[in-house]
Amino acid sequence: MTAELVLQILLTVAVALVGVGLFGALSQQSIVMVMMGLELVLNGVLLAGGAAWYFLTPELPDAQVLVVVALVVMAVEMAMGFAVTVAIYRARQVDMVDMATDLRG
Amino acid sequence: MTELSGWAFTAVAVLGVLSVAAGIAVFVVDSMARATFALLASFLAVAGVLLALDLVYLAVVTALMMTIEMAVMAVFMIMFMMNPAGLMPMTMVHNAKGSAVIGAATFVVLAVGIWTIDWPTRNPPRPDDSTRQLGEAIMGSHMLVMLVIGISLFATILAGTVLATARGRYDRFGPDLDADRPDDPVPGGFRR
Amino acid sequence: MPEQTLAEAWGLAPAVLGVVAVGLILGLVVAAVDRAVVVGGTVGTVAAPLRDGARLLFEQRRTTLAPDRLLWRLGCAAVPTLALLSLAVVPVGGRTLWSTSADLVWFNAMEALLWAAVWLVGWGPNAVHALTGGYRFLAQGLAYELPLMFALITAGLAAGSLRTTDVVTAQEGLWFVVTMPVAFVVFVASAAAFAFWGPFTAPAGPDIAGGVTSELSGVDRLLVDLGRAVFLGAAAAMATALFLGGDAGPWLPGPVWFLLKTFAVVTALVWVGRRVPVLRPDRTVEIGWMVLVPMTLLQALVVAVLVLNGFYA
Repeated sequence: MTAELVLQILLTVAVALVGVGLFGALSQQSIVMVMMGLELVLNGVLLAGGAAWYFLTPELPDAQVLVVVALVVMAVEMAMGFAVTVAIYRARQVDMVDMATDLRG
Repeated sequence: MTELSGWAFTAVAVLGVLSVAAGIAVFVVDSMARATFALLASFLAVAGVLLALDLVYLAVVTALMMTIEMAVMAVFMIMFMMNPAGLMPMTMVHNAKGSAVIGAATFVVLAVGIWTIDWPTRNPPRPDDSTRQLGEAIMGSHMLVMLVIGISLFATILAGTVLATARGRYDRFGPDLDADRPDDPVPGGFRR
Repeated sequence: MPEQTLAEAWGLAPAVLGVVAVGLILGLVVAAVDRAVVVGGTVGTVAAPLRDGARLLFEQRRTTLAPDRLLWRLGCAAVPTLALLSLAVVPVGGRTLWSTSADLVWFNAMEALLWAAVWLVGWGPNAVHALTGGYRFLAQGLAYELPLMFALITAGLAAGSLRTTDVVTAQEGLWFVVTMPVAFVVFVASAAAFAFWGPFTAPAGPDIAGGVTSELSGVDRLLVDLGRAVFLGAAAAMATALFLGGDAGPWLPGPVWFLLKTFAVVTALVWVGRRVPVLRPDRTVEIGWMVLVPMTLLQALVVAVLVLNGFYA
């Protein structure tokens, strides 16, 4: 098993996570489930970043820093997502994306 | 490129399959608790892969952050979903076919890219300690990243609190802000 | 890799067995000391937890209406597993089962996974008291998690390493408890909190009929109670390694000193913990964030200044 093949397999797993997450984020109606889809996309980013560090540039810290940034993006997404969900639910008992289409043109 | 040892490759393969399977399960199972913990399983599988790739710190920090996040997520799932335990199965999706096509197309495009690109086959030097490498980077050459992260997290704390709470200081301390003790629904530890 | 890990020295399987044995002994010590403090020590004190455990092993499981069996069993099995995994990075006798460059974060991650496990134990049986207990544990977790992280990182800061063996080595001159008493107390109190024991027993409190443990029976109850005891023992061992100089001591061999110190921490923890009334999670959150977070941050600042002055070098 060459290293290149392992890298390609790992990246394929990562984009599979991205694809599944994208499907979830686009198809789910509940705001919380949409956030779970986005988390899954970022999970793929974590995996791809780790694989890139190990197989491509282990001498540089950049890929690791990218993974840290992805983790922070997850935390921010989660915190703001919950805050928005609570706010919109408090304002008008809405917990589904289909009911929050005020900005539709 | 560096080869993975035999057991590491086996672990990575099993965990990779597990992460995708758990990711699919998130949108298949009826119970919201199970969906949340399927997502956690996916995160933990990715953390396991990172562990096999020598990224110890990132692996444990992923496990740590995502576990706490999913525990909090479970609270919100049960608070907001109509059918938290999945005892009455229902589907809550829109445009499932279109979404599936977009998801699959993204996967195919990226996968084709992955399998057709010529990846570099050089053999770079490996650091002794990936944790030290990361620590020195974010406290040295990449410090700007850390500064931006810190400020955005602080902004998130403020913005999240402002959005999520419906009560302001006038609710707590009265219209003239002259109450001695705030009027809180939960008294808190100091009995103020 | 500065030192050999236990897995490298003994081979993987014996090392794992050794750590499991140490974990079970620590759990038994916690249970026996607890019993001795509560009902007074007799010859049967050590045997009582064993007897209870054996009885639970053969007890028939009772169940509830429409439980989430998969998640329930997973949660119950995870509690002792995580306790043993957290013990894997504790340097009992100078060696850890396996050594990473982020041991302290590993310990913290195992304890964070306990959030999920305990919540699942509460969620599984589809019962109101159990679920209330699960929510109480999360609320309590929000109170102790940040002070615990700061306490752990303070020890790592002084040693300049997240590896537990390095932390022990760094204490050759002076035990860390002298310069970081706040971190030590916060760490031990957090240990009681994440094992939801003593004053932090609200998630399993008698006011909600036993909370997360209310619907447990047979093997499940054994696993959860065992896990809590082992977690307390593992945390006491970790406190010994991080703040009390690990296995340093005159005359006696290192591992003996380590176990003696761990025993002392367990005894102190149980003796004090059994004399403090149960704290309500809604109060602990405010105290945790308003008092403990600033205090542990100040503690870290003091230690950081000492590090810059070369105090620990």
